[in-house]
Amino acid sequence: MNNVPLIMFLAFVALTLLITFWAAKKNTGASAYFAAGRSITGWQNGLAVAGDYMSAASFLGISGMICFYGYDGFMYSVGFLVAYITVLLVVAEPLRNAGKYTMADLLAYRLKPRPVRALASLSTLTVSTFYMIAQMVGAGVIIQRLIGLDFAPAVIGVGMLMLVYVVFGGMLATTWVQIIKALLLIAGALLLSYLVLKFHHFSFTEFFNAVSKADYAGSAPPKNLMEPGLKFGVAVAGPWGPLDLISLGLGLVLGTAGLPHILVRFYTVPDAKTARSSVVWAMAIIGLFYIMTTFFGFGAATILKKALITTAAGKPDTNMVAPILAQVLGGEFFFAFISAVAFATILAVVAGLTMSASASFAHDFYSNVIHHGKETNPDSEVLVARITAFVVGGVSIFLAIQLQTVNVAFLVGLAFAVAASANLPVIVLSIFWKRFSTTGAVAGLAIGLLASIVLILISPSLMGIDPPEVVGAKRHLIQMNAIFPLTNPGILSIPIGFLVAILGSLLRPEPEAEAKFEELQVRAQTGLGAETASSH
Amino acid sequence: MSEKSPVNWEALEAKPEFRALLARKSHFIIPATIFFLIYYLALPILVGYCPELMKKKVWGEVNVAYVFALSQFFMAWIMAFLYVRVAAKWDKSAAAVIHGHE
Repeated sequence: MNNVPLIMFLAFVALTLLITFWAAKKNTGASAYFAAGRSITGWQNGLAVAGDYMSAASFLGISGMICFYGYDGFMYSVGFLVAYITVLLVVAEPLRNAGKYTMADLLAYRLKPRPVRALASLSTLTVSTFYMIAQMVGAGVIIQRLIGLDFAPAVIGVGMLMLVYVVFGGMLATTWVQIIKALLLIAGALLLSYLVLKFHHFSFTEFFNAVSKADYAGSAPPKNLMEPGLKFGVAVAGPWGPLDLISLGLGLVLGTAGLPHILVRFYTVPDAKTARSSVVWAMAIIGLFYIMTTFFGFGAATILKKALITTAAGKPDTNMVAPILAQVLGGEFFFAFISAVAFATILAVVAGLTMSASASFAHDFYSNVIHHGKETNPDSEVLVARITAFVVGGVSIFLAIQLQTVNVAFLVGLAFAVAASANLPVIVLSIFWKRFSTTGAVAGLAIGLLASIVLILISPSLMGIDPPEVVGAKRHLIQMNAIFPLTNPGILSIPIGFLVAILGSLLRPEPEAEAKFEELQVRAQTGLGAETASSH
Repeated sequence: MSEKSPVNWEALEAKPEFRALLARKSHFIIPATIFFLIYYLALPILVGYCPELMKKKVWGEVNVAYVFALSQFFMAWIMAFLYVRVAAKWDKSAAAVIHGHE
């Protein structure tokens, strides 16, 4: 049983290594390494963006959450999709028109580049690292379960493979890896959904009836999975549950527009109009995908025997729900396919994250902060990015191994909250507010980062008093009553981010920045002077 | 960041056609953003604070909560469609602003 998934995975790896080799040959120059030569078309980028988004957390995590907690798991899916309207209406086109390789290019347009780029780079690295550790931990756990490798070697193996893609293939390779993975994931999801509906004789009435009686939480008075409240309701999560849910929603809907590894994909297309169509393609694919996760999540609850998806200790094994469903409905071959797709998913997302983090360091910090933008040699920028990728990869592998018991969804949620609190306010204010100044940007980025991280540190995720029988990894990190009652900081940290950015600008206005606003407006809103595709 | 001949940005920005374009964009984007944020946030608010309303069944076992959540997907897609349609018109205006200048 362990060999078929391994073989499929190796086949995918071989295919993607071939692509990396092809991309390496085409990788002449910075524009090729960082932005795939701006040669990616609308539907291709739509698939790549969707691919980046449909990570292990989405595919495995959400279907698992829906299986065990019903409707409340679906709330994540909704937030993840609606977030793209923020991207489409507010951020995607101005960003593409006014920048070159990274999110900080937009910010540095009329503000003092060095402090802004330094902080933007820090923020990018922070968000990417949290997101990356989540994926690596997920990878380790899954590979451990499906192939039998130990956690540490599994994580190291994934990390090394990812580094090959990033270091040799750059943005071109990582984009095409995402596209292929996205196609495989959609195919797998369609087949799985079809099989679930077939099991229920293609009747939605029968399906929903079965779901309402499935009760996977296995509670003494049986609960209806169709009903909200099994995870965030007052009965389960205490009086702060509903507010926590709103805070989560806010973080999700505003966070995507501040995620550096998603934003950077808008630089790989020839122009803003293509950036726009790629978001629309992504929304169609992601929307369809998330609707399907409800089919497999609910489907698993109605089809799988409880014993299959709980661990030896009787706890829900939420990450394995989708592959096991595939196994029960479609046999070993389908199980292998879905598992291979899960690995591919993690690999591709991790590569994308490393790509954007290392690009940010090289382009924002190295070239512009350390070398004052005088480093006009683009080849050394590329070299620094490659070296950074090694370092970032190495650090993530190390941290993932240390944090192997930390909840993956929690880390991803953290990344979204930080992105929404630190990055989004400064991006939005930069594009739309004439009086936005460097002080505002620096304060907004720094305090947004700090506020979200501190609020998480003092939240029930990390703080709590455990009775003595709770041991080891299950103990809260800080044995104190939680100071902040919500697990999601968004409802407080996002307004703080905006407020600080605005206050900073009002307190220290910057006439030079205001003077350049006209130029930024014309560029952002018409596309005049935007970076164009280079010819190959 | 690289332009071949110096562009008079202030002059472009001052053109009535450009200002009109900006006004049209705001007239869509601001209300649209307010709408979609309110529609979306209504979901966790109602689910959290009006659970009995949300649990009411609408069709078989399908309840208000599920229908409302599903409607968010359609809201998002419709919003995207409307945006693309209006943005195509903006593209034409933007091109006119640029070419009028050259």
